[in-house]
Amino acid sequence: MKSKFQADKNGYYGQFGGAFIPELLYPNVKELEDNYLKIIESESFQKEYKGLLKDYVGRPTPLYLAPRLSEKYGAHIYLKREDLNHTGAHKVNNTIGQILIAKQLGKKRIIAETGAGQHGVATATVCALMNLECVVFMGEIDIKRQAPNVARMKMLGAKVIPATSGSKTLKDATNEAIRDWIGNPDDTYYLIGSVVGPHPYPDMVARLQAVISEEMKWQLKEHTGKENPDTVIACVGGGSNAAGAFYHFLDDSTIELIAVEAAGLGVYSGESAATSQLGDVGVLHGSKTILMQDEYGQVIEPYSISAGLDYPGIGPLHAFLNESNRAKFMNATDQEALDAAYELTKLEGIIPALESAHALAVLSKIDFKKDQVVVVNLSGRGDKDLETYIKHLK
Amino acid sequence: MNSLKEIFKNKSQNLCSVFFTAGFPGLNDTQKIITDLGSNGVDFIEVGLPYSDPLADGPTIQHSSEVALGNGINLDVIFEQLQSIKETNKTPLVLMGYLNQILKYGEEKFCEQCVACGIDTVILPDLPMIEYETHYKQLFANYGISNVFLITPQTSEERIIKIDGLTDAFIYVVASASITGAKGEISKEQITYFERIKAMNLKSTLIVGFGISSKQTFNTVCNYANGAIIGSAFIKFLDTNGVDNIDEFVEGIL
Repeated sequence: MKSKFQADKNGYYGQFGGAFIPELLYPNVKELEDNYLKIIESESFQKEYKGLLKDYVGRPTPLYLAPRLSEKYGAHIYLKREDLNHTGAHKVNNTIGQILIAKQLGKKRIIAETGAGQHGVATATVCALMNLECVVFMGEIDIKRQAPNVARMKMLGAKVIPATSGSKTLKDATNEAIRDWIGNPDDTYYLIGSVVGPHPYPDMVARLQAVISEEMKWQLKEHTGKENPDTVIACVGGGSNAAGAFYHFLDDSTIELIAVEAAGLGVYSGESAATSQLGDVGVLHGSKTILMQDEYGQVIEPYSISAGLDYPGIGPLHAFLNESNRAKFMNATDQEALDAAYELTKLEGIIPALESAHALAVLSKIDFKKDQVVVVNLSGRGDKDLETYIKHLK
Repeated sequence: MNSLKEIFKNKSQNLCSVFFTAGFPGLNDTQKIITDLGSNGVDFIEVGLPYSDPLADGPTIQHSSEVALGNGINLDVIFEQLQSIKETNKTPLVLMGYLNQILKYGEEKFCEQCVACGIDTVILPDLPMIEYETHYKQLFANYGISNVFLITPQTSEERIIKIDGLTDAFIYVVASASITGAKGEISKEQITYFERIKAMNLKSTLIVGFGISSKQTFNTVCNYANGAIIGSAFIKFLDTNGVDNIDEFVEGIL
């Protein structure tokens, strides 16, 4: 039976999704749409993808029962350790998969957008691995605030092009990548880093991140004897780590799914990225979704201390999970995320990425039942955020 | 009948269209720009609706949109400006914007306002054919509004024929695989592409756009199509010269 949380043939989740692209992009997107499922489902792809995830990325990532965190919040809290992946975040699950698809399609040049630089690094990494040309678009402002990742991309052989239009952050980097793709339709593959963009990207990226919840199931069974948790918590910018963490639990409504957005200085402070609270229906980067916009449909620049959550929309799957109440949308401010990061570091000896710290921050806002099994997707590690952490450490 | 079709009945060669961004360079320049373009022989005018995230536009038009938005332009102001010259302006106007602007404004309300301003043609580059057919065709028809489709060097013959069938006003022939903005010369590959489209003997009027910036490029593409659209080159002119001497710009093309 086909799940209602799977994209339909036109890429829709309920009213959200689709492919709102200029005619200029039609052949590129159509080529991908016609081929992605065939490629992903082929035996040769699965063999190579799984082989690389195991031997190159270091999967499966551990599912760790965090004892002191569990004690503090009165539940069984497990951390899905995506921070232990090669390159330090879940992003590489997707880039490994898409680079194999790009190769299969005969593409020679890879372009990508990046916010915090995690997806840029993961893309530059697989391009080095596959010996393909790599161009990463990154907002001028993000280049300044994520200098270590810019250096990593350059060392990996990628060309980093600053996006100087608009607000000079992730949404503008995405615009620039799309414009580059329009101008180079034949040899170039656009490797999108989240469950956003025109169909088939949201579905394709969700499928490639689904390995997260696939592993959770057998790992939970080993730990608890049952393969399903009571609750899964993940942060949402565009929403790729959440899509992966939720994927195999979507159809079982007894499993609570919690998506955590960045509230910046406060949801209604004017400096926030809590799209589900502040946005409404519109079209952004090729799909119909929820986005932050003014009364004339001009996209509003979001704000978060975390560059990876600093995006004015959410993927169409998440817009549908929100509208249908399948997932509960919560949020955490900059300060709450920082506090959660310091807490995890002290209690468990793990420095999380600022993005993942938002997911941890809602633990203190939930009344857990005794013996509730909770999995928090620890999407990335905090090395890239050290400067911010040191600056705010009291 | 669609107002552009009226024009095309009497003229099918060297049709000249100019694009400008509403609210640029100054908030209230819209009316003067339209009047001056029309009185100097431009056959129809594209009014760009400034958008924060114009995916299909190059740096020149992006910049003009940013300036216009900074000036305080919005759809309500634009419709007021266009309504104020409805009686005096005789040159057909085409609105060019992005779908999200219309979604948020309200699709019905957008159509009503177009009708109130005497506008019956729109170009929405990010409205794909399938969405048009399922969600907009009927709505636009109810208000007598024609949608303009784009074709590119990568558009298949089958798709071009389908677009020809859906077209009422004209087909926007994108000159090369690129975003808007000047490219300088017209290349051999482009000529081959124009010849290929011309040889299809489509029923629709063909207007070439993207990268048409001079008398030479205008004349070259008019050998293969019914006319051409000048956009970024005019925006650059406005940026440097302001809204005076628009006649000189048009004379430089025609």
